[in-house]
Amino acid sequence: MTATYTASEMMAVAASRALADRQVCFVGIGLPSTACNLARATHAPHLVLIYESGCIGAKPTRLPLSIGDGELADTSDTVVPVPEIFNYWLQAGRIDIGFLGAAQIDRRGNLNSTVIGDYDHPAVRLPGAGGAPEIASAAREVYVMIRQSPRTFVDRLDFRTSVGFGDGPGDRERLGLRGGGPRKVITDLGILEPDPETAELVLTHLHPGVEVDAARDATGWDLRVAPDLARTEPPDAGELAELRRLETTQPTQKKGDA
Amino acid sequence: MAEIMGLAEAVAAVVRDGDTVAMEGFTHLIPHAAGHELIRQGRRDLTLVRLTPDVLADQLIGSGVVRKLVFGWGGNPGVGSLHRFRDAFQHGWPVPLELDEHTHAGLVNRYVAGASGLPFAVLRGYAGTGLEGRVGHYRPITCPFTGERLAAVAAINPDAAVVHAQRADREGNVQIWGIVGVQKEAVLASSRSLVTVEEVVDRLDPVPGAIVLPTWAVTAVAVAPGGAHPSYTAGYSERDNDFYVAWDAVSRDRDAFRAWIDTHVLHADGAGVPA
Repeated sequence: MTATYTASEMMAVAASRALADRQVCFVGIGLPSTACNLARATHAPHLVLIYESGCIGAKPTRLPLSIGDGELADTSDTVVPVPEIFNYWLQAGRIDIGFLGAAQIDRRGNLNSTVIGDYDHPAVRLPGAGGAPEIASAAREVYVMIRQSPRTFVDRLDFRTSVGFGDGPGDRERLGLRGGGPRKVITDLGILEPDPETAELVLTHLHPGVEVDAARDATGWDLRVAPDLARTEPPDAGELAELRRLETTQPTQKKGDA
Repeated sequence: MAEIMGLAEAVAAVVRDGDTVAMEGFTHLIPHAAGHELIRQGRRDLTLVRLTPDVLADQLIGSGVVRKLVFGWGGNPGVGSLHRFRDAFQHGWPVPLELDEHTHAGLVNRYVAGASGLPFAVLRGYAGTGLEGRVGHYRPITCPFTGERLAAVAAINPDAAVVHAQRADREGNVQIWGIVGVQKEAVLASSRSLVTVEEVVDRLDPVPGAIVLPTWAVTAVAVAPGGAHPSYTAGYSERDNDFYVAWDAVSRDRDAFRAWIDTHVLHADGAGVPA
């Protein structure tokens, strides 16, 4: 008996499962925040949530509307100024997992959240870097949450906002990036992880009901597939119930990232 | 000593045409009332410095107040894009918009250097990103002690800073709590500053986690109750999330935007919350 669920719910559950209790997570609004709060409500009650607005150790009782939601400040262990969040907490290497989204990702996990098209005459001007480049640089591991399609999984980024593995193995060290780079890319179709030899993203998991060809068709480069490709377990009833309870705590339905 | 004055008078005293103006408030305490007064006074050619240009920046840009935007992330938080910002950058409407784009950490550290009286700040950043060649106020440097490659970012010292806070006392000492963002750095980095407050009180009772900007570090204080709406003021108001969602439709269309500004800014008195 399989419960029905949405692709977004599968993504949130997959990300939640990847988190271990007491890890320190740098969280944005949207799916990452949902995933972290789901983990807190299920298997990782001591997960430490840090929001860029300065909220450290936030324990929201409802999903926040923005990274500066008063609920985050009210439930945090401490609220610090924004320079401190970046300098003392992120740059100094105190973050285990940094979550990122993007408009485009390439095979080495580099991300674009700046423009589609030419920088000076863009087809679409996107919000820009925000905290993403430093999260990508400094977090011990980065989890990317992004829907997989030929528009998002591209052979060449229109702009490199945040560095994954650069142009290949050794690039992060050469650039002086001290964090470990992308460890998981969680999509609506499956999960990709970097090959340690080539630093190229490899499909390691397919979500239930998704076939390899669908993932290949949704990728703008020749997608490599792990020899031991696994199947993601579907969300179980407990995860879904908790996820939906969390979602009802959000006063207004919304989309996008902040 | 900060002078306590009316909002219109304070904006006129602190912000001039052509100024570089920091308007800060990190999703909390966003100085909307002061921004609306800038629109009413017809300020032009401002260089707006704001970490997270959102609805306030969209309103200023769409009203032709801003010539250049120095920023880190521009969007309608939790909703999507800023349509006036896009229209100005992509189509020059109503006036062309120049961008000086940073990462949050880069711009935050520019404020820290500015507030510290230093010519630049040092951080780990920009290396390997497309911003490296784009950001005019960034240079790679080598650490004189370890030889590491680091990023230097030039100090930013705006002509004016405009922020919103909970309250001030009658001397003009300003108390801010909750998510304090980068407001202290913005005020201390700037030549002049305007702080709008929810109220002026006889005594600033201590609040956990609060910061105080002493009166002698501030130029002007103006009372603007609800002056952060649709953002919020911890202890005074809640975020009006429906407004952020509704702004998407208003800002998509030039005429709808102009009609909104006309009704809610140009023909509002600026004394309180825009309807």
